Amino acid sequence: MIRVAVQDAAIDIAAELDIHDAGGHGASASFIGRVRGEGDLVELFLEHHPLLTEAGLADVAHVAADRWSLSALTVVHRVGAMAPGDTIVFVLASSAHRAEALAACEYLIDRLKTDVMLWKRERFVDGRSAWVEPREGDRKRAARWD
Amino acid sequence: MALTISYFAWVRERMGIGEESIERPVGVSTVADLIAWLAARDERGGLTFSEPGRVRAAVDGRMAGPGTALGRDIALFPPVTGG
Repeated sequence: MIRVAVQDAAIDIAAELDIHDAGGHGASASFIGRVRGEGDLVELFLEHHPLLTEAGLADVAHVAADRWSLSALTVVHRVGAMAPGDTIVFVLASSAHRAEALAACEYLIDRLKTDVMLWKRERFVDGRSAWVEPREGDRKRAARWD
Repeated sequence: MALTISYFAWVRERMGIGEESIERPVGVSTVADLIAWLAARDERGGLTFSEPGRVRAAVDGRMAGPGTALGRDIALFPPVTGG
């Protein structure tokens, strides 16, 4: 079962685990990305495309599910305004064995940073705000999977 | 032919609008053609698209390159930064 969601609401990890685990899987690996509160950051805003963001996430999810023979996969990305500590993204990949689950989880988080239509804007305590620039390190990590 | 253009992130902010519909101008057939036309149309376009290499595109829902032929709709946006 592949579950992909793009949502304004806070990500409920316990609820996502309950849905995902209904199948009973041998091995599950997860990644949680949170808003870092460094440098006087007060808000992180995630802009998205009304259709193509979810479609892009689904594409990456299906590639991963096929490549590592996953028995279940959950990818939830939050959009809109978030505060430091909030969960931005949750990835949970399950397979019969740990190697596939771990690799798929790493692939998903690397690829969704470079392949999916999402844009971060940071706002700081002094009122300044700036769009986040893509990082060369992220591009290189994503390219390892080509 | 009508073309719907949507803008995202700093491209949207610099253009001052999220979406517009235009009649596709004569001679504008690819993503690169359209970006050059928008850059030449007015001052906002000129400022937004002063560095075309920093802009990405999706044509009719699919990621596109500068040479991709235009369709019914196009999204123009910066390199993505999700995750």
